[in-house]
Amino acid sequence: MTATQDAPASEIGRDRRRKEDQRLITGRTRWTDNLTVPGLLHLAMVRSPFAHATITSIDVEAAKESPNVVAVLTGTDLADLQGVCINAWPITPDQVAPTHLPMPTERVAFAGEIVACVVARTAAEARDAAELVDVEYDELPAVIGIKDALKDEVLAHPDLGTNKSALWVFDSAEAGTGGSADEAIEKARADGVVVEREFRQQRLIPAFMEPRSVVVDPTGEQITVWSATQIPHILRFALAATTGVPESKIRVIAPDVGGGFGGKLQQTPEEMIAFAVARLLSKPVKYTETRSESLVSAHHGRDQWQKLTLAAEKDGTVTGFKVELSADLGAYIAIVGGGVPVLGAFMFNAIYKFPAYHFACQTVLTNTTWTDAYRGAGRPEATFAIERMMDELAAEVGVDPMEIRRKNWITHEEFPFTTVAGLEYDSGNYEAATARAMEMFGYDELRAEQQRRRESNDPVQLGLGISTFTEMCGLAPSRVLGQLDYGAGGWEHASVRMLPTGKVEVVTGASAHGQGHETAFSQIVADRLGVPFEDVEILHGDTAIAPKGLDTYGSRSLVVGGEALVRAADKVIEKAKPIAAHLLEASMDDIKFHEGRFSVVGTDQGLGIGEIATATFAAHNLPDGVEPSIDADATFDPVNFNYPHGTHLCAMEVDTETGAVKMRKYACCDDIGNVINPLIVAGQVHGGLVQGIAQALWEEAVYDEAGTLVSGSFVDYLLPTTADTISFDVDHTTTPALTNTLGVKGVGEAGTIASTPAVVNAIVDAVRHLGVTDVQMPCTPERVWKAINGAGDGGPATQGAAMPHFEPDAEPGTSSTEGAGA
Amino acid sequence: MTRISLTVDGSKVADDVEPRMLLVQYLRERLGKTGTVIGCDTSNCGACTVHLDGTSVKSCNVLAVQADGSEVTTIEGLADTHDGDGLHPVQEAFRECHGLQCGFCTPGMVMQTAALLQENPKPSEDEIREGLEGNLCRCTGYHNIVKAVQHASGQAAGQTEGASA
Repeated sequence: MTATQDAPASEIGRDRRRKEDQRLITGRTRWTDNLTVPGLLHLAMVRSPFAHATITSIDVEAAKESPNVVAVLTGTDLADLQGVCINAWPITPDQVAPTHLPMPTERVAFAGEIVACVVARTAAEARDAAELVDVEYDELPAVIGIKDALKDEVLAHPDLGTNKSALWVFDSAEAGTGGSADEAIEKARADGVVVEREFRQQRLIPAFMEPRSVVVDPTGEQITVWSATQIPHILRFALAATTGVPESKIRVIAPDVGGGFGGKLQQTPEEMIAFAVARLLSKPVKYTETRSESLVSAHHGRDQWQKLTLAAEKDGTVTGFKVELSADLGAYIAIVGGGVPVLGAFMFNAIYKFPAYHFACQTVLTNTTWTDAYRGAGRPEATFAIERMMDELAAEVGVDPMEIRRKNWITHEEFPFTTVAGLEYDSGNYEAATARAMEMFGYDELRAEQQRRRESNDPVQLGLGISTFTEMCGLAPSRVLGQLDYGAGGWEHASVRMLPTGKVEVVTGASAHGQGHETAFSQIVADRLGVPFEDVEILHGDTAIAPKGLDTYGSRSLVVGGEALVRAADKVIEKAKPIAAHLLEASMDDIKFHEGRFSVVGTDQGLGIGEIATATFAAHNLPDGVEPSIDADATFDPVNFNYPHGTHLCAMEVDTETGAVKMRKYACCDDIGNVINPLIVAGQVHGGLVQGIAQALWEEAVYDEAGTLVSGSFVDYLLPTTADTISFDVDHTTTPALTNTLGVKGVGEAGTIASTPAVVNAIVDAVRHLGVTDVQMPCTPERVWKAINGAGDGGPATQGAAMPHFEPDAEPGTSSTEGAGA
Repeated sequence: MTRISLTVDGSKVADDVEPRMLLVQYLRERLGKTGTVIGCDTSNCGACTVHLDGTSVKSCNVLAVQADGSEVTTIEGLADTHDGDGLHPVQEAFRECHGLQCGFCTPGMVMQTAALLQENPKPSEDEIREGLEGNLCRCTGYHNIVKAVQHASGQAAGQTEGASA
């Protein structure tokens, strides 16, 4: 690092090592569970072992007698103090929704639901006593799995009369954005190609590494809540709105937060209960979940069946796409809940010029853990569906799968492009990203090797998988969110405070939990204000310090929050300018700001912005009528979503004798516009890739018929390890976004959205010549072996996989979990 | 209660502990060594990895009483165990190669890496991947963790995508 301290050439684009790391690599961390306050009491939860049951009695006497127990509380004790868990996105006006009490008093609707809690002097004593709480249940029939739920024979919530929560529909003919998908399909049945598939998006668990933890301190005038959350601002609103405590009396702090991936985008029962208990006892309390509790009670993700019909002309030109989804909400509708598949609704047409599109999603309630956002949230599901279908279409037409994509994608000359789903893609260059990815991958050589292995009848076959993806991120234009009935806006806020010593404090409403905002945002502000990177301090994640914000999810922090930063910094410069002119005894018109310095045009006279800050602090000599402050705020509401894209290529080796699969190579070229910090971007891509690859190969939340989460620990839920994964080839092309000043696009979810179909496409490609047309995820050796050995007749891949083409009575039941965890 | 005496990060400590208390609980709750964290309850994740008499252990898998008379090094004391100022080379490598994001797995990853390199100073990529198999990370996809280990072992110059420095 040779750049001089006072005049960094350009921070943006530089691979700065992260500011965050010094404390993280030395253990100087503030995870919520690390925090303590005087008199702190500890909570342990008593959870239902039954998926669906009436609570007939709760005997707390033995627990109360246990050493150092302060209180044992049930939902009746908490009463109105406990508030309610909200659904912020009712996707239709007539959505059927159960009330979600943090601690129900009469009935539990999933295994893991909290029915009582113990408060004790230590966490161990609280857990010991929780074992002594004697709860009597009358078990009720439980409905598990989407297809059973749709039958409405067993009800997740009998009082609601149905498991069907909402049906959300988009039709391009009705919206005026395209033609009729049904007509296109009808025509293709006569003289074109129709591809019909049903894919399973298995249920996943976000599995952030830091278990959730919450500390609530009710002493003092404000109630302070520390929580391992992605959304301190939204949590504060929800606490206030549902408990009646004025928002101004609540301070929420997200200290160091150990990963989220959407999994900490929630207002949780545990947070509500801790808040209620602290108020009830007037004592600070802490609750930290065990990993097993986390897996069973923190929200899950995905969990859809996707019934898909793609219509094309004989040459492979797509004429229409029809998507019929059903999505499992779990037992309650979470904060975003049914909105997750709706976020995917706009993405099934992906990078393609489809003339007709129909989307319908039926959400259902079941007696399982609730589901909500998990990295990508709706968009990985959509991308998987279309990218798998494009490969299937290529096989039908008999061309290379890249060829079918080229035929249908939007070319770079066609931007801005309004899609059949009604979105305007501002920029992109799919050709360039694809060319680079194919070059890195060695596409042609690998195809040649595949051919050799085919010809020699090698027991280990090679398959190449493609995923050319785009996503809508940067959530989100508030007006659009309003049109979609979402309960809040999508703006972001920033403040820039110029300190008397010339240092800069930047306050952002984004709330990082591993992304590296402190580093990347410092780079942006350093460039904008022309101050050293080291002089910028980023403050976030505390509603008393960062009073306005909508937090971090949906790849929004940079594209929305970063733009707010730019605007606040620009306002600082504008406010400083008259003061600079005054001090330099020059006309405003003659003052120019460049690289941190206000100078008088045509002279060597000038003042640094730090000097202006000092002079403003002293306020001894300011122009008349000018306030003694150059600090500034900005709130930015995006006008459009943000559309990163990329081409991901995966080579998989499949052992046809055992069904074992092995990743040979993975190369991707993402176009995320201008890059602030290439090191951080690469890290986001790597991590995203592995989460998407893990869906394809290893992870699945599995329930038994009684509704018990079988994969309820890290022994059974297969997170990938170093030994399971490979190193990746990652690169970028750059087509700047046109909807923000920095020209940046989101990157947080890209890898996860893109990688899953690339992997499955590669596996299917390896064994397609053996008659395989699908393998259900996760592609375990057992499933792959069965697909190979059961497909001699060209039948479906695995039992319970691609449901044999739309038979209404098809019975997936729990067979979707077959072979999982093998 | 059982009396234990041990050395943690260079300091002699002594306490009465319940026989069931885990070493990680002792470190966090009694000594305030919160740099060492708990990520699971089945000894899968390795976030709590420390060195016990020079060998890496998952401190959720050791009772505090088993550490009686031993020497424990945590992430907070690691830097003091090497000759030279500042960070331990493994800590430095994780920062240099962007081998961490949220940082929750990092104490365990760093401690395990330090132990791995003690045993095998120049591991191949496969040996690194086998050697860190007991430590889970959800953020990095392991790519840059592997690079960091290579960097710390003086191999491959820690070349990382996007990194020119």
